[in-house]
Amino acid sequence: MQRVGVFVCWCGSNIAGTVDVQAVAEALKSEPGVVFSTDYQYMCSQAGQDMIKTAVKEHNLTGIVVCSCSPRMHEATFRKTAAAAGLNPYMVEIANIREQCSWVHKDMATGTEKAIILGKAAVAKVNLNAPLTPGESPVTKRALVIGGGIAGIQTALDIADAGFEVDIVEKNPTIGGKMAQLDKTFPTLDCAACILTPKMVDVAQNEKIRIFSYSEVTDVKGFVGNFDVTIKKNARYVKEEICTGCGACLEKCPMKKIPNEFNLGMDNRTAIYIPFAQAVPKVATIDPTACTMLKKGKCGICSKVCTAGAIDYTQKDEYIEEKYGAIVVATGFNPISMDKFDEFAYSQSKDVITSLEFERLTNAAGPSAGKLLRPSDGKHPHTIVFVQCVGSRCEACAEKGKEYCSKICCMYTAKHAMLTRDKYPDTEVYVFYIDVRTPGKNFDEFYRRAVEEFGVKYIKGMVGKVTPEGDKLKVQASDLIANKQLHIDADLVVLAAAIEPDKSARPLATMLTASMDTNDFFTEAHPKLRPVESPTAGVFLSGACQGPKDIPETVSQAGAAASKVIGLLAKDKLTGNPCVASSDELMCNGCSSCANVCPYGAITYAEKEFRMPDRTTKVRRVAEVNPAVCQGCGACTVACPSGAMDLKGFANLQIMAEVDAICK
Amino acid sequence: MQVNEYKPLIVAFCCNWCSYAGADLAGNNRLNYPADVKIIRVPCSCRVNPMFILRAFQRGADGVIICGCHPGDCHYTSGNYYARRRMTALFSMLDYLGIERERTRLEWVSAAEGAKFAATMNDFVQQVTALGENKRLEDLRCKK
Amino acid sequence: MQKITGDILIEKASALLSSGTVSCVLGWKKGEFGYDVTPAVFSSVEELERDFVYNDFCGANFSKYLVSKTRKLEGKILVFLKPCDTYSFNQLLSEHRFDREKVYAIGIPCEGMVDISKVKATVGEGISSIDTDGDNLLVSTLYDEEPVAVDFKSVLAERCINCKSKKHVAYDELLGEEGDVIENSRFDEVARIEALTPDERFAFWQNELSRCIRCNACRDACPACTCEKCVFDNPASGVENKSPANSFEEKLFHIIRAYHVAGRCTDCGECSRVCPQNIPLHLLNRKFIKDMNEFYGEYQAGEEVGMRAPLVSYTTEDLEPGEALTRRDTDA
Repeated sequence: MQRVGVFVCWCGSNIAGTVDVQAVAEALKSEPGVVFSTDYQYMCSQAGQDMIKTAVKEHNLTGIVVCSCSPRMHEATFRKTAAAAGLNPYMVEIANIREQCSWVHKDMATGTEKAIILGKAAVAKVNLNAPLTPGESPVTKRALVIGGGIAGIQTALDIADAGFEVDIVEKNPTIGGKMAQLDKTFPTLDCAACILTPKMVDVAQNEKIRIFSYSEVTDVKGFVGNFDVTIKKNARYVKEEICTGCGACLEKCPMKKIPNEFNLGMDNRTAIYIPFAQAVPKVATIDPTACTMLKKGKCGICSKVCTAGAIDYTQKDEYIEEKYGAIVVATGFNPISMDKFDEFAYSQSKDVITSLEFERLTNAAGPSAGKLLRPSDGKHPHTIVFVQCVGSRCEACAEKGKEYCSKICCMYTAKHAMLTRDKYPDTEVYVFYIDVRTPGKNFDEFYRRAVEEFGVKYIKGMVGKVTPEGDKLKVQASDLIANKQLHIDADLVVLAAAIEPDKSARPLATMLTASMDTNDFFTEAHPKLRPVESPTAGVFLSGACQGPKDIPETVSQAGAAASKVIGLLAKDKLTGNPCVASSDELMCNGCSSCANVCPYGAITYAEKEFRMPDRTTKVRRVAEVNPAVCQGCGACTVACPSGAMDLKGFANLQIMAEVDAICK
Repeated sequence: MQVNEYKPLIVAFCCNWCSYAGADLAGNNRLNYPADVKIIRVPCSCRVNPMFILRAFQRGADGVIICGCHPGDCHYTSGNYYARRRMTALFSMLDYLGIERERTRLEWVSAAEGAKFAATMNDFVQQVTALGENKRLEDLRCKK
Repeated sequence: MQKITGDILIEKASALLSSGTVSCVLGWKKGEFGYDVTPAVFSSVEELERDFVYNDFCGANFSKYLVSKTRKLEGKILVFLKPCDTYSFNQLLSEHRFDREKVYAIGIPCEGMVDISKVKATVGEGISSIDTDGDNLLVSTLYDEEPVAVDFKSVLAERCINCKSKKHVAYDELLGEEGDVIENSRFDEVARIEALTPDERFAFWQNELSRCIRCNACRDACPACTCEKCVFDNPASGVENKSPANSFEEKLFHIIRAYHVAGRCTDCGECSRVCPQNIPLHLLNRKFIKDMNEFYGEYQAGEEVGMRAPLVSYTTEDLEPGEALTRRDTDA
């Protein structure tokens, strides 16, 4: 049996004005377990806290009930008081008789009556409290960043800057991501390569950062502070540490007709390749699907021309196991496939391109060396139609597009249109839009310049159909403001394709037990207050894997994720919330209901041996809660059919006791 | 003051992060609601076991209300979605047993919605008061 | 009238026992009167030949027994499963309640099982034996000189009149022909009660549940009730009750139990079959099933192994409780 002390606070007149505090203290004296009950003007004051400490000693109290303001206000205070008096801090319960009683009721009699009931409920609960100790777990002081685009790069640099080791895993042969493919960036029009490539070099030269390029994460185990990750390094058939990136092999490789992914297939590369000149690591990679030596055992020219001797046709995929304290997901995005949007004739004409393709076409390192030429005949286009929201905000066409706004298209289209008019003033540029959304610093000014200064023709309305006819593209569209149909003979049509999370994100989320929304974007721990953390402790989100984002937003989120990682890695030990779920293995059926509803993946199963009354043993599957991962929501306790799962601090019996006390 | 005026007994389960904070805000703003409402704090609406609600009714509660974060805003991301299904199933069952559906309610109240909290409680108390005393779950197995 | 005879099953079981494929057989054992059949484990051909029976009274769903019978088992156990039993079998596998490798499951056809209380209601007490003759049961009693013919269909159990499936969803081997999932009207009675006023509904349930003698037969027969320790026996659950001072469990046992098995109940009907007071307990379980079908889409527990039950999943677009109830009323 507990020895409970009750301390009723007046809170000046805040409580005492509507609640007869002495009557409350008196009434609670006769509750089971209560051995001491008193009232005082300000329980939270030094004098009030001393009063509690003295009472604990004098009356050998094992539990404390404070009838006062909201536990959200002073629960922490009174827990510290209890600890100072030598009690377990979790042996304190608060009856909220201010916010939920004296402040909302006017009549002294009803206020007092309710305060007594709330006090009784708290006494009933504390009678069933048990001392709780937060668990501790060590922290591996190294972070893993998955994805080597601008999000991953910035996160890694910021974490390394704080002195922690970081590994970047990038599935492509080079880091850089989508930003490396861009020409200029809005709204400043500085060149993407000029601001990205120095960061890539910083990454390469940073002693704290390791890059696993052409690699992927294949398994994640463990929990916050203690992740065990398996990384698969795909065989690139080139010894990374020896290759100097001289490019001699590229010149001699006979397989020259492989579509170049970096230029989105608008030109070709060789079977042995370096994606682009500023690649990091600048190391050649052999494409095993194209190399005749790997496919048929014939050729071997690259090996002959490589003076460094870096070519190794026998290389195998390698699996590396590493430990990390934190994981940052920065898997980024891709434009959606245009296959299902044939009304725009994407598959029928080479001159219907996506915005990312347009980006390559205007890039000095692109397939046309930066000259805006039509992919079909290499002629300069005189009329260009940009179509916005292709597959974005597509409620009616959810099966082919996306319901959400891709967010970046309005601005990059304004950029494309403006740059085209700037470089080729003889070109007519039309932009068809649903809305122009420019809610960023200097964004609206930028868009207005495109219209007012550069004369881009913005038309509110959608393009209905694009039909290739001769060397023209017949564009049928509606102008919603003028309320008329338009027919434009265009030379080039550019589609602002919706963006979607990278396909690697979904299996990764499963490995990480991190939750995703229906669009496969990672969900945040809290949409407003914890926007760069995943609900899974120790997993952080950076960049477009969490939702469509432009570069400035990505970089700021990357920095925010890094600071969260640094905050975690700076700790030597993690102290958990002791109010976590735990399963009574003697009662657990091993049915998996709890794991099904756990948003954190905190529950695993183990085959355990049990001794039976008849001295035999039996092996059963039982749930185990990892207290370092559990956040204490209690979803599992209700899902559990056998009642084996319970929540510390909010146990079934405790809540039932509160219900009983209130309903008595 | 009327003597022997019927006062319902209302048990409210409030999640710690949104609705309990919303109740606190109602207090801060001195928004009145009847003292018949007694709040039990739970970490999340998904902690509310239907057994607690059955228990309350069987012990004489006249109405039970569960308050949680708005859908999409759960501190634990998905707890209130589970709570919504569980409560739907339970309330429908209680309705099936002849417990008037006006005695049960699930409401989403954010930490910023002190006014909504008070208004909801006022409304719910009024609704339950109109029904009068709940005896049914106590008498479920007692044939008259 | 069962299309498959006990002799065929004995022959099959004997062969599997003799060949060592299985080490024992879970089957029905004949009782004194022919209709009082009990589940039993047979470990020899002699036992099988002496006691094994398969007739119109073999209602027992064996799935549940596999949880305890496979635990200390060397080798495999042979189990005969009627179509409705196979759903429970899958559900228990979904819940990892027994090791599939330790079971050899034979699916057997079922023509529906007889509710002995209906027979008694027709011919009266004192039944000494029951034989079959075509579509009729020939019931001999202590008081009639000639056996009384009773139409088989007229004495079928409620769950068999409203049979949901003749299809076996799990087996290693199937005897007889495979059937189909059946269009049925098993939710009609639930809908009828839903349409009553709250007062009428309460009166209905009060009348039914007041007959309960708390014998636990429903729990003991229910294939969803396989917990290592039942909440009703567990002091930490808050619903345990062994003392008369706590009336919670006493009053609400069936409601608590129905909620506990909601989403996991396959609607096998064992609860109502074994109830000595003839309380239509399945109407509580069916209510949950009907609601979840209507609110969250059709879901048949045990249809496949590894399905996620409605109460352990969600969508962000789920109905609010009030909306759900109103919609059901308007649809009805």
